[in-house]
Order: sequence, then C-alpha cells, then structure tokens
Amino acid sequence: MELLSGGDILIRALRDVGVKHVWGYPGGAALHIYDAIYRQEDVVHLLVRHEQAAVHAADGFSRATGEVGTALVTSGPGATNAITGIATAYMDSIPLVVISGQVPSSKIGQDAFQETDMVGVSRPIVKHSFLVTKPEDIAATIAKAYYIAGTGRPGPVVVDIPKDVTEPNYKVPYEFPSEVKMRSYQPSDKGHRGQIKRAVKALLEAKRPVIYAGGGVVIDNAADHLIAVARKLNYPVTNTLMGLGCYPGTDRQFVGMLGMHGTFEANTAMHHADVIFAVGARFDDRVTNELEKFCPLATIIHVDIDPTTVSKNIVADIPIVGTCTSVLKEVLSLIEQSGNTPDGDAIGQWWQQIDEWRAKHGLYTASRYEPSGGNLIKPQDVIKALYKVTKGEAIVTSDVGQHQMFAAQYYLFDKPRQWINSGGLGTMGFGLPAAMGAKLAFPDTDVACVTGEGSIQMCIQELSACSQHNLPVKIINLNNAALGMVRQWQDMQYNSRYSQSVYEESLPDFVALAEAYGHVGIKVTKFDELEEKMRECFAMKDRVVFMDICIDRSEHVYPMHMPGGSMRDLWLSKTERT
Amino acid sequence: MKRIISILLENEFGALSRVVGLFSQRGYNIDTLTVAPTDDETLSRLTLTTQGDDQMAEQIVKQLHKLIDTLKVVDLTQGPHIERELLLVKVKATDCDVRTELKSCVEIFRGHIIDVTPSTYTVQLAGDSDKLDAFIEAVTHMGIMEVVRSGVSGISRGDKFIRV
Ligand SMILES: Cc1ncc(C[n+]2csc(CCOP(=O)(O)OP(=O)(O)O)c2C)c(N)n1
Ligand SMILES: [Mg+2]
Repeated sequence: MELLSGGDILIRALRDVGVKHVWGYPGGAALHIYDAIYRQEDVVHLLVRHEQAAVHAADGFSRATGEVGTALVTSGPGATNAITGIATAYMDSIPLVVISGQVPSSKIGQDAFQETDMVGVSRPIVKHSFLVTKPEDIAATIAKAYYIAGTGRPGPVVVDIPKDVTEPNYKVPYEFPSEVKMRSYQPSDKGHRGQIKRAVKALLEAKRPVIYAGGGVVIDNAADHLIAVARKLNYPVTNTLMGLGCYPGTDRQFVGMLGMHGTFEANTAMHHADVIFAVGARFDDRVTNELEKFCPLATIIHVDIDPTTVSKNIVADIPIVGTCTSVLKEVLSLIEQSGNTPDGDAIGQWWQQIDEWRAKHGLYTASRYEPSGGNLIKPQDVIKALYKVTKGEAIVTSDVGQHQMFAAQYYLFDKPRQWINSGGLGTMGFGLPAAMGAKLAFPDTDVACVTGEGSIQMCIQELSACSQHNLPVKIINLNNAALGMVRQWQDMQYNSRYSQSVYEESLPDFVALAEAYGHVGIKVTKFDELEEKMRECFAMKDRVVFMDICIDRSEHVYPMHMPGGSMRDLWLSKTERT
Repeated sequence: MKRIISILLENEFGALSRVVGLFSQRGYNIDTLTVAPTDDETLSRLTLTTQGDDQMAEQIVKQLHKLIDTLKVVDLTQGPHIERELLLVKVKATDCDVRTELKSCVEIFRGHIIDVTPSTYTVQLAGDSDKLDAFIEAVTHMGIMEVVRSGVSGISRGDKFIRV
C-alpha cells in the first residue's frame, strides 16, 4: 500500500470521492494541505477573495448540479468567515463538505494563534461535524462526510483537521474505503405504504385540492414525478420560493409561488383548499402566515424525508416520511391501479374559481404596477426583459431583498435548479459567489445574478475571482439606491422613517468599479434602452458584465401577507388589500 | 408532563455536546441529565428528563434521532418503566435530638448514613425523584448544608430492552 502524508491523503481522498473542484482560501493551519494541492492535478482549487464566498460558491455549484460542494478554509478567521456560508447551506439543506485547518493537536485549548473551536462554533448549523485526530482516519472521515452530506436530508458537514495531522513527513498507508456503513445513520427512503394509500384516497376525493411543492422536490430530483402526478390529476400546483422550477412556471396548472410574496391565486387557493398535498416543503412561517389561521378547511398530506419536519409547524393529517421520488412514484402507481379518477365536476369548478382569482389579481393583470417609461424603470420589467433576452433558459441566482422577490415572481422557471437563492437564511452576499459556482458547473449556460446595490456590496470582491477563474457571469443590479426591502417595511410599519436604509450619495460608480476589475460595466437609466442593453450584455459570452440598472426607487413588492392574518390576507398594492 | 428519555449514543468526539446543544437550540429544557459508558465501550447511555406535552415529546425524540451519533432514542414515559436517582445530602447534626430524628428519617426512607462528623451527617438515598423530594422536605428544618442529586436513570419494565 502506498505511504502518504496526511495532506496528500486528504487530497487523494477528495479525488477518490469524486471531487473535482474545491473553493477556498489558504492560511497557516491549512498550508500542508495547500502544498499537497500544489503537487497534483486531479483536484482543482479555486481561490476566492473571502471565505464566505468560498462556501457560497461551493453551495451554488451544488444547487446547480445536485452534487456535494466542497470548500477549504484555514483555522480561526478562515473558519469563522465560512460560518455564514455554512448556515446558508444548512437552512436550505444543501450538501457541502467544509474542510477547515485547525491549530496543531498539542495546542488545542490553549488559545493558540488563530484557534477557534470550529466544531463547537458550527455545531448548530451543520448536519454533522468531525475533528480528525490522526492521518490514518482522514480517508474514512472524508468518505463518511460526503456520504452524510449527500444522503437523507442533505446538509453541510464540517471536517476540522489539526495541522499536525497533515504533517508532510509523517506517512501512513492510504486506503479509500469501498463503502460507508454507519450503524447510527441509515436514512429512510420509502414512505409507509398504508399512509400513501390513505393519501391517494384523500387526493382522489378532493374537491378543492392544491399541490404545494417545495425545495425537497428539487433536491431529490423528483420534478418529473411531481409533474406526472399533477398532470394525471389536473390539480393546481404552487411552489415555495425554494421549489420554483420543480413545476414548470409557464404551465397552465401552475398558480405561482405561495407565501409572503406569493400570488393572490396561490395564497387564496391554499386558504380555501380541502386537501393540501405538501411535497418536500416545510410549512415555513414565510409561507403559512399566522399558524392558527392557516388553511382552516384542509386535510393535510405531508411528504418529507425528514421526520422532524413533518408535523413540526402544522400537524399533518396524513404524514409520510420518505423521499419525494419514491412517494410520488408510489402515489402515481396507486392512482393508476385504483382505476378511480378525480371528481371532474368539482375540479372543473375549482379551476373556474382559480382562473377567476388569477384574472382578477394575478401578477399578469394589467394593473399590477404602473408602466415603465422614460426614466422610470420598474423592477418587474427588468426581470421580464431578462426573461425575454435569456429566453427563460438562464440559471438565475439572487441576493436578498426586493430584487429577489421580483425575480422569483417574474422569471418563470421551467426547470429545477434554474433558480438559486438563499431562501432559509436570507443571506445578502450569496448571489455573486453562487453564480460563480453555477457558471463553473455550466460554462455554456447564461448565468445571471439578480442583485441589489446593497447585497452586491457584501461579496463584490469576488469580481476579482471571476477574472482569475474565467467565470463570465452577468450581474443584473436592480439599483434602487436603498436597502429596498428594509425601506418597504419602514414605509409599511414605521411611517416611512428610513432608519439606515439609504446611503446618502455614497454609492460607488458600479460601471467604473466593474471596469477596475477588468470587466464590462453598463449603466441603464432609460426604459427604452433596457432590452437592447440587456441583449448587448448577454451577447458578450465570455465577459463578466455588470449591468447597473437605475430602477424606480419607491416600488414595493406585492402581494404581501398582512402580519397576523391568514394566507389570503394580502396587500395587493400600496392602497389595495383583500 | 415529565418525560424520561433514554438515548444510546456513539461514544464519539462531540456527541454529548450535540445532544445538549440540541435542547438549547430548540428551546427545550433539560431538567436532569446522566451519561456514562455501557458494557459496550463504544456506546454511551444517556438519560435525560424534560417537561412537555405529547407533541413536544415527539419532536424531541425525532430531533434526537436525527443526530448522526444517536442509535436509539426511547421516551420511557410512554410505557411501564423504573426510574432511580441517587441523592447525597449533608445535614447539620450537632445536637442529639436532631441526630436521633435524622437517623429515624433515614431508616423510614431506607437510606444510609455514609459519613459522620461531630457536626454533620451525610446521607445517601436512592429512589424515584418524588421520594428524594420527600426526604429533602422531611429534613429541611434540620439544616441542609449541601444537596447532590445524580439525575434520573431509567429502564423499561419487563422484557423490553434498549440495545443495538
Ligand atoms: C447579511 C444580511 N444582512 C441584513 C439582511 C436584512 N436585509 C434583508 S433585505 C435587505 C435590503 C437589501 O438591499 P438590496 O440588496 O439593495 O436589495 P433591494 O431590497 O433594494 O432590492 C436587508 C438589509 C440580510 N438579509 N442579510
Ligand atoms: Mg437596493
């Protein structure tokens, strides 16, 4: 057997587990590892400019591909900088392995230079973590880490490695385990058959059903099975912010996103539903609004891989623990076997009602927002232009704020993994590094980062990493010269007292900034130039282009749940409510 | 309602802190906690007590299960079970009357006096938590100097057992 140092074993094990790319940033405790990276070519390392971005980029890569993403950081500040990225991945169940250097074993606990208890600090925001104590354990730990990260309900796993464990002069035999078996971790797969039968019965008897599908369907690559069930039944489908794309956004049966900024028809249909088929969704507070008033009439079928999610916020009438794929397949085959069909009359009436709602207050009714023109560019129209120019086929990442909600509402995602955003943690700064990760995975696909002038400044340094690694992403900056979402809440709840949500003329010249990094900057101030400049932007296939688009500064995102209300209690505009 | 939750845990680095962390992270209280290795040294047995209704207990059990290091999680209060806790209490016992009274109290509760000085008695008592509470109440007026309780250990009655 080959004798290798701990550093070499780590990189070899990464190769053997299938890792091709690692995003990271070096430092003292990780230098043996970085030297091992230098001496081989199988695993490519991409240097970022801040460790938070390394984790977001690995995360964006994972969301775009479904594979486990990898980040590497040093101890202390490197590790703590990674924390926001780890928490972001944790909240959205994204499989990552984050490897952190640690001070030498003999110094642990002594407040050594750049010592942070990484396992302790990250504990509440990881699926699992390891402290490796000897080189002999590295390969097996890496195998376990990727297995845990990528199976069951996925999530980030931290592997903390003290510097002496990667010491170049201490060599041990290298062997990569052929399989991982853990007696304490055996993720469940198939749902309980009896429960699935009950679910099918309830579904077929429904008169006002809604299929409510979330990020779990994307993560489990179950979109095709969802579509098959939905088409078979002809029931309306709504997606959560995390689920967008798992049901085609342009399909007639799609009633839009639900929740705080979801469509009128999706929220109203949920409220009146008699059966809710929740798949890979978690009844998040941004979806349900006030729990006591949530869907008073509905029988709830809840499918999720994670038993702790089922009946956590809303008690399920029919709980099913299993993967979305296995349960949806079983549902479809049981529907077919039953020989029964839905109640055509009732479903016909239900659709009539939903179409009425859609026609009255849907996102595409003429009166949703005032038209753009002259110097007035409405953010909604920017997203529509983006959709048109990219033919609806781009991978769109976003940051957090109003621009995120406009992108979610107006870019109609037809495919899963096309829409990449930080839904659970809501991390400003996520968009650009996530776009880098997606672009690395799909160099021939347009990758657009829809952002705001606030969010983009939280990871703007990565414009430099885009040059180094040739990642020609497109940045669509919806510049409203304010922390727009904060200002919206201040308008609605604090009598327009704009406490710290404006910058007093201190914003940078984004075009000059992009150029300083060697990229192309385009400023748009007139509506009639918008589409043309957007085309110019996407025509430059191999350049990073930063589009700084000056949008209406006063726009709000609607619909919006009224605090304390039910799902159907919505503001529809600044003056109109349900 | 009081819950006694039994956990079989891999004896791994950080495993106990993950269990304890889960409780504070999710806003559950731990009333008592005991942990020790079992006959299989790769495993620890942990018993903890907490308060909660059925729905909360179910969530706690599910959340504990979800931790990678846990092998078995059982809410013992769901079935017939035995709970035991150990109490060590040091009582001020300078005058003769108090010494006599304390001795008879210890006898009634089937405890033991395990250390004696001219001014103190140290008593050991095992039983369920209610019995320990009752003893403490009975001797409080004598002047308690120190109370040490082990926390609850539990096991189910009859043929059922928890093992991997
Ligand atoms: C790291 C972080 N800090 C603070 C917030 C709170 N927050 C949510 S939206 C928002 C404003 C975002 O401004 P911008 O990026 O310009 O987007 P806009 O709402 O204007 O479209 C803030 C501060 C957050 N989500 N993330
Ligand atoms: Mg803004």
